[in-house]
Amino acid sequence: MRLFENTNYDFIKWRWHALIASALVILAGAGFMISRGGMPLGIDFTGGTIVVAKFEQPVDDDRVRTALDQVPGEKVIQSYGDPADNAKLIRLPELATEDGASLEQGALAVVAALKAAGLPTFELLSQEIVGPVIGRELQLKGIYATIASIVGIAIYIAFRFRPAFAVGAIVATLHDVLVTLAFLAFFGYDLSLNIVAALLTITGYSVNDTIVIFDRVRENMRAARREPLEKVVNTAVNQTLGRTIITAGTTFLSVLALFLFGGEVLHGFAFTMLVGIISGTYSTVFIAAAIAIILGNRQGVRASAAAPAGTAKVKAATARRS
Amino acid sequence: MRAIRTDGRPSDGTTTGDAPDGRRHNMSKTMQWKLLTIVAVVGLAIWAFMPPQEKVRLGLDLKGGVHLVMRVQTDDALRVEAEGSADRLRETLRTQAIGVTGITVAAPGEFRVTGVPSAQDSQFRQATVDLDVNYDRAQSGSDYTFRLKPNVVSVLREETVNQALQTIERRVNELGVAEPIVARHSAADQILVQMPGVTEVNRAKEVIRSTALLELKLVEQGPFPDEASARQAFAGNVPPDIQILPGNSEGTPGAPPSTVYYALRRVAGVTGRDLRTARPSLDQNNRPAVSFSLNPEGANKFGTFTQANINRLLAVVLDGRVNTVATIQGRIDSEGQITGNFSQQDAMDRALVLRSGALPASLTYLEERTVGPSLGADSVRAGVYASAGGLAFVLLFMLVYYKLAGFNAFVSISVNLILLLGMMAYAGAVMTLPGIAGFILTIGMGVDSNVLIFERIKEELAAGKSPKTAVAAGFDRVFWTIVDTHVASLIAAAFLFQFGTGPIRGFATTLTIGLLSNVFTAVFVSRAMFELFLSRREQPATLSI
Repeated sequence: MRLFENTNYDFIKWRWHALIASALVILAGAGFMISRGGMPLGIDFTGGTIVVAKFEQPVDDDRVRTALDQVPGEKVIQSYGDPADNAKLIRLPELATEDGASLEQGALAVVAALKAAGLPTFELLSQEIVGPVIGRELQLKGIYATIASIVGIAIYIAFRFRPAFAVGAIVATLHDVLVTLAFLAFFGYDLSLNIVAALLTITGYSVNDTIVIFDRVRENMRAARREPLEKVVNTAVNQTLGRTIITAGTTFLSVLALFLFGGEVLHGFAFTMLVGIISGTYSTVFIAAAIAIILGNRQGVRASAAAPAGTAKVKAATARRS
Repeated sequence: MRAIRTDGRPSDGTTTGDAPDGRRHNMSKTMQWKLLTIVAVVGLAIWAFMPPQEKVRLGLDLKGGVHLVMRVQTDDALRVEAEGSADRLRETLRTQAIGVTGITVAAPGEFRVTGVPSAQDSQFRQATVDLDVNYDRAQSGSDYTFRLKPNVVSVLREETVNQALQTIERRVNELGVAEPIVARHSAADQILVQMPGVTEVNRAKEVIRSTALLELKLVEQGPFPDEASARQAFAGNVPPDIQILPGNSEGTPGAPPSTVYYALRRVAGVTGRDLRTARPSLDQNNRPAVSFSLNPEGANKFGTFTQANINRLLAVVLDGRVNTVATIQGRIDSEGQITGNFSQQDAMDRALVLRSGALPASLTYLEERTVGPSLGADSVRAGVYASAGGLAFVLLFMLVYYKLAGFNAFVSISVNLILLLGMMAYAGAVMTLPGIAGFILTIGMGVDSNVLIFERIKEELAAGKSPKTAVAAGFDRVFWTIVDTHVASLIAAAFLFQFGTGPIRGFATTLTIGLLSNVFTAVFVSRAMFELFLSRREQPATLSI
């Protein structure tokens, strides 16, 4: 059995359409975020308090809200996990001041108010309190880590392949991060530590896919030096299509298992991975290769004008156009 | 025609088929070594994580517990240092009869001497020559400012954080927490404490946070019912050597205690530094109290101090709150008692923190995450189900799609997971919930490498090569692709590790180890299995793939 055997789809023909479609998704995501006042950040980055309480009997969100009327600040109350578990997540904004020894005052107030309100007895499943200092630090670190990992990977690709490919890989990876962020915004996920971890994993995964194709391009280039770059790349995409789809499909389904059965804590993580896998596969086929061709051809034109005699270096193979 | 790539490893596998006829089980030496290596590595890995309940450490998010990040207010230590120097200078000036208007601590690590008489200026300079080791001095008229040198400041801050770290470690250990983590955190003045399985979070936090700075100070005036009236007693202008601190009223037994304020002399007669030990005890009314004794040096100081202040009120100040006020009735040397409205637990905790030593500076909490044990258990269950489901699905797919070769993938992915568990157990890495996600992604990576290889072998077969050549070519050609993809993912994992705290680090660790072991399993183990299969028959005409 073999799926996608000897396919010969013309992916490269669609490169401009693909670039425009991706730009539209990213712009829509950006517009959506701006209309909502920026990327919705979780307490990991803004600071704040989350208390998760599991009640012994079903409790209405509104009853919890009423019970917490006395607690200052704008509260968010929502069901946590399976509704049958009767667990409620209560989120408070950052209240404590920088030097306040009372980081936990919000959480204490919530617990006291819930106890006083005559609700069914409850157990505290978890409690997270993040001060503003840590929130700011984590924000910066998250941004640095994402940028640094993309740059690091790009340097490696530039070293192993060639600069145009590195640019293609970076654009594809950035594309995946932005598309994933857009979908996180559409589906109302707050950016948390786990989600940033998933985004970083996506950068690795997306590049993974891209490298497989680039590797094939490089190999084909040595064999068929007279072919135009478009054709070489398109052949490579088709040759690896079976692998691309099978890998993406199996990874997608195992992450889907995580999304469905992995519990509430990993929900955001798994969702991010799901979107990232789809976007990563798409960007590998349509974006990375397209950028590499667009830049590669331009470089090629310049290179052939500057050095008409084809050098023997394998890396100069871009310069050869039929 | 494609050129055969030669930049892979030399294909040593092709030698295996040269076994003499009729000896089906005759393996080449290379093959034997390969199999032996695989068995040994797998055996070591299994040995490393057996039994898993003991060897695989669970993170807080799976076990339940509390994660705290706190900042050491190192400014406190600078202030104490400046106060100490100011005190010693005051003493020196007094004995040398140099009359200055005042000595005040102006900022952390800085104190000012005002009104040095011009006639005694050179004498003053002589008396303060020692200070130049640690302080930069600035003179304006008859006033001198002493500021700690920047290098002294940074050493002092560093020492303060280290001391705080050690003190917190002692306290966490005395609390009886199993496998706690007390370590420096990202920023220079931050400390991370993780206490698995701790449920009395608030008590633990109090014990860690209490500065446990014990000071014995003279009462100048008081008690006052509130802070404002205490200030009023000095006409709103509290002198620099006086401080107003809250305390418990000594009210009639049974009545609820209220807060009162005392005006105290700022300089302490004795501090907790001179403490030898502390233990819970009972006061004369049989209420819980804390008794302490001083070391010889402290006893000496305290003796002189009490002798000089007989009949005055002495306050026992713990962490900036007056706990006990008593009249000094005679010279006291080494023993003292702190009373107050303590419960038995309070008295025990206070003795604990005093014993473990004072924190050199106060702490503020920056981050606190508590996971209840039941949520942790739920997460473990969910994570295990999801991984098992994902693994079962993937393996089933591989068997259906790649037939016998799929079994190959099954073995190499299973070996990969065994190696991952073994290496994590060996390295003492912590398994967290995102770490479980890392397991699932490792399965994904394993599948990817296998698919990459199998697809390539199919291609080679389709191009008319014999099974043996196709397998060799498939592995050789894909080898560098696998290296490239894994290095790229390792780069991402490295930054993930840098970025993350706790659970995320667990994820980065799992991913990194998984990537490394995957190169071994996908390239070495899987290839060895193919070769084993191919070496057993004469020349199989087809390959089940």
